[in-house]
Amino acid sequence: MAAGSLTMLPDFSISPRIDQVGVEERASRFTKRSIKKEAKMNGLLLVLNMIDLTTLEGKDTDGKVKQLCYKAMHPHDAVPGLPTVAAICVYPSMVKVAKKALGDSGIKVASVATAFPSGQAPRDVKIRDTKYAVNEGADEVDMVISRGKFHAGEYNFVFDEIAAIKEACGEARLKVILETGELGTFDKVRRASDIAMHAGADFIKTSTGKIQPAATMPVTLVMLEAIRDFYYKTGKMIGMKPAGGISKSKLALHYLVMVKEVLGEDWLNNEWFRFGASSLANDVLMQIVKEKTGVYQAANYFSVD
Amino acid sequence: MPVTKKKPVKKSNTIKLKFDTSWSYDPAPESKSAATIKPQYDLFINGEWQKPLSNKYFATINPANEEKLSEVAEANTADVDKAVKAARNAYEKYWKKMPARERAKYVFRIARMVQEKARELAIIETLDGGKPIRESRDFDVPTAANHFFYYAGWADKLEYAFPNRKAEALGVAGQIIPWNFPLLMAAWKIAPAISTGNTVVLKTAETTPLTALKLAEIIEEADLPPGVVNIITGAGETGAAIVNHPDINKIAFTGSTDVGKIIQRAVAGTHKKVTLELGGKAANIIFEDAPIDQAVEGVINGIYFNQGHVCCAGSRLYVQESVAKQVIRKLKDRIESLIVGDPLDKNTDIGAINSRSQLETIQKYLKIGKQEGAEMYESSCPLPKKGFWCRPTLFTNVAQSNRIAQEEIFGPVLSILTFRTDDEVIEKANNSPYGLSAGVWTDKGSKIFNMTRRMRAGVIWANTFNKFDPSSPFGGYKESGFGREGGLHGLLPYLSLKV
Amino acid sequence: MGKTIINKSSLSISENGLEKKTSSKRLEVLKTYKIYIGGQFPRTESGRYYIPVNAAGKKLANVCLSSRKDFRDAVVSARGAFSGWSGRAAFNRGQILYRMAEMLEGRKAQFIDELIQQDATKAKAEKEVNLAIDRLIYYAGWCDKFQQLFSSVNPVATSHFNFSVPEPTGVVSIIAPQDDSLLGLVSVIAPVIAGGNTCVVLASETKPLCAVTFAEVLNSSDLPGGVVNMLTGKPSELVSWFVDHMDVNATIYCEKDSITQKMMREKSALNLKRLTFYDKVNWYSEEGQSPYFIMDTQEIKTTWHPVENIAGAGGGY
Repeated sequence: MAAGSLTMLPDFSISPRIDQVGVEERASRFTKRSIKKEAKMNGLLLVLNMIDLTTLEGKDTDGKVKQLCYKAMHPHDAVPGLPTVAAICVYPSMVKVAKKALGDSGIKVASVATAFPSGQAPRDVKIRDTKYAVNEGADEVDMVISRGKFHAGEYNFVFDEIAAIKEACGEARLKVILETGELGTFDKVRRASDIAMHAGADFIKTSTGKIQPAATMPVTLVMLEAIRDFYYKTGKMIGMKPAGGISKSKLALHYLVMVKEVLGEDWLNNEWFRFGASSLANDVLMQIVKEKTGVYQAANYFSVD
Repeated sequence: MPVTKKKPVKKSNTIKLKFDTSWSYDPAPESKSAATIKPQYDLFINGEWQKPLSNKYFATINPANEEKLSEVAEANTADVDKAVKAARNAYEKYWKKMPARERAKYVFRIARMVQEKARELAIIETLDGGKPIRESRDFDVPTAANHFFYYAGWADKLEYAFPNRKAEALGVAGQIIPWNFPLLMAAWKIAPAISTGNTVVLKTAETTPLTALKLAEIIEEADLPPGVVNIITGAGETGAAIVNHPDINKIAFTGSTDVGKIIQRAVAGTHKKVTLELGGKAANIIFEDAPIDQAVEGVINGIYFNQGHVCCAGSRLYVQESVAKQVIRKLKDRIESLIVGDPLDKNTDIGAINSRSQLETIQKYLKIGKQEGAEMYESSCPLPKKGFWCRPTLFTNVAQSNRIAQEEIFGPVLSILTFRTDDEVIEKANNSPYGLSAGVWTDKGSKIFNMTRRMRAGVIWANTFNKFDPSSPFGGYKESGFGREGGLHGLLPYLSLKV
Repeated sequence: MGKTIINKSSLSISENGLEKKTSSKRLEVLKTYKIYIGGQFPRTESGRYYIPVNAAGKKLANVCLSSRKDFRDAVVSARGAFSGWSGRAAFNRGQILYRMAEMLEGRKAQFIDELIQQDATKAKAEKEVNLAIDRLIYYAGWCDKFQQLFSSVNPVATSHFNFSVPEPTGVVSIIAPQDDSLLGLVSVIAPVIAGGNTCVVLASETKPLCAVTFAEVLNSSDLPGGVVNMLTGKPSELVSWFVDHMDVNATIYCEKDSITQKMMREKSALNLKRLTFYDKVNWYSEEGQSPYFIMDTQEIKTTWHPVENIAGAGGGY
């Protein structure tokens, strides 16, 4: 749909070039911001509210997913008035369980799909995978791109596949995982971002969490800048989700600074920015409690699930 | 209760990013308590603090709030003479005779002490000069320490630097430094001079004397032989007394081209060796195939670093017409995210203008730019009530012949011009009496080398800007001065080569 | 075949004594000593001349008394030639300097003759010419080497490749040594052009003959017009123009005259010309040649470029 609405598609082989050293310098500048007092507390609450609480394991069970959903709704009841996380992120087989557990909490259910994490499956299988997740009740679909085809220069294949999955998503919002750790250069990250956005992605996402490196600030910056250029060109906002490797609140706050200074305040909410993480939530909670009590916290006082 | 917002899709020509955000950073000021500033400073001559023979002192203020920080001595001709005598005596008595490896160890010692007192130096630099603490902490002070460390190591290796020649110290060096990087410029001057065996009389800038005086305390603490480094304070007349002193062998000056020319005239008829590091109007060139976002960031660093009080600032931006609109839009959005305000706040990007007179100069050029028909755009940030401030500003629709494209403004003011072809932009870039630095942004390697070769400037930044390193020579072509500071090439200005 | 015939006929001319016969009556053709600008040999635009006289009182020639306008024209041609000459491969410049030495060797006799006219003994004249030739060879060899000696790759702490190289400063005005009218001249011109600069040279006032003849050598040496421009005339008239022209980047002066030196330094401030005094150099000694002379009219340019050091997302091997 989005693809069809654009009159002209860019030549993805000439996506803007990225200078790695410049990107890293810029990314490190965000880490120099000092976030104190109220700004810190507000930032932490915002981070908590942007988390896609994730479990993507072969050993996932109904029981595990239910516990995670409870944690999503009640991150830390000892502190009243905390926001919930943004979503629960699970495999398609767990969507129904999650959906039921979350009830009318407002928390979204995101499902990975399209032969996650490798994406090495035929297109019809991926479409069926997606439709299954959506039919089970997924509000959001996290797909992976075909990195092999991308490296082989078959950009049209990658584009068409994303467009097909987008169609299969129906009302569900589509997050496109680039798996930046497999792309090799920032130039390719930028190109993959452009392809995904033009093909209809609602979000672009760095990683599956299964490959190292996962999300980094420089790679996220490259994607945020791609989002900005797309917005300048089309007026359409695209969301961003760094995933994997962000487990500390301080780092998460640096990401917020980056979003704020690259894209501005419109993106500073969980409709347009998410953290894909499993252990970040508890670190954020510990920091929140520390800010409220002035006492450094210990992990044993915070439920793991 | 997830917080969500729905945003309507906007039309392309009205899209603008918003930065006046609900989530703003709280003040994060660096504490002043880590720094000690005495109410009054004397002259550091012959290893001790001496009252000025002039009996005069003048105030140095914090340009961010116009409050007095301290008062410093005003050295007159007699004070300068005393300092030069001390330096001459130290040269003959100690420094010339000392084995080079011992000399080196003194300089290494200074480097370490600067590192140890880094926090205090950074705070004072920011208080006295108005620059953001992030810059004095992350750039000025560490780079100053590194400069001492780099040159210390050269002291006993000079025979390897100049093949087939014997390098000898010149004697007494008179050094005059500017107000934009007070401590760093002191390091740039003192480190190579004393490492190569010279002794020094250094005059600080009128508005920013404090960190150099702190450096004098460090030199005292480092137990350098008395008179090897003398640090004095004063205004232009003190500088003139140094330049005209008959017993000085070398003048090293960093400052304006006008004063550089006066110095060159003043030393006529003497055998003083001179290095001048003067003004600039650097061209920063963005080609359509550049990594645009990094180029935009390079432009921002190039002109807004240190409030634009940088001789090598990228003050003339040349953008290829095919990407001009895009680049200008990004620059406008980017300057909205620059934080202007209290220099001591760790989040401040742009601090105070160094002095009232410099602010007046900048404002004069803003007026000229508008009169010349260029379009002025400035950040919408609020400015503090007291102190000297200028919003980050850019001019579009600038013509090559405009004064804002030709003259050094020395403030956070960018002039943007456009071009079509490589030859055109090289011609325009070189169309300046200055030649200190230049920048070029393109992803094409062969074009980079063509551009970097053909641009007539002493420092060329390709796909980067405003980078400095002790090992990297710095200095200008044409009216930007002569001689180099930094690196192997920075040794020669302090040596004479004998067959 | 045709060659043989010509040789035979020329041979027959000398054999039958024709040449000797005519030369005894023949009027000697005097050389006109003109100036050299942009690869051409014009007369001075001023129409003025002067007659240098040797120690024996013999008038040497009618020599152009160049004006400031000649200098102005010469600077225009030097500026015009700069981009091409500095852009040539260093190896090519070396070949051309070598060619200059070859041409000088070929016209050795004429230079010796001129030096003798200008009061040198035969032995001294021969020595001076030989040294001048050798000096050109010396600098021919430096053309593509001094850069390697005086360049550096600088180990900066950030992820950048950083290097410094010498580059020619531009147009150099040279007041050549008054004594050593050939060796001194060659010793100041060669390092300037070896380094890629172009120049305007004022020859020795009292001993200008070799300078003009040297310009003829240059003209037949593949040296592009405008790289070296040779004027004759009086330093007293021209020095101030040499040092205050705004399109001249550097000036070289070789006399001990401290009043002139002071004036030059003052005027050089106008556009911050690089000013070099060679007032203590013995051009006959080893110190009369070195790559450091080349460096006197070089600038150091430092270039930075980022080095992408790790792949993509910053991860590692």
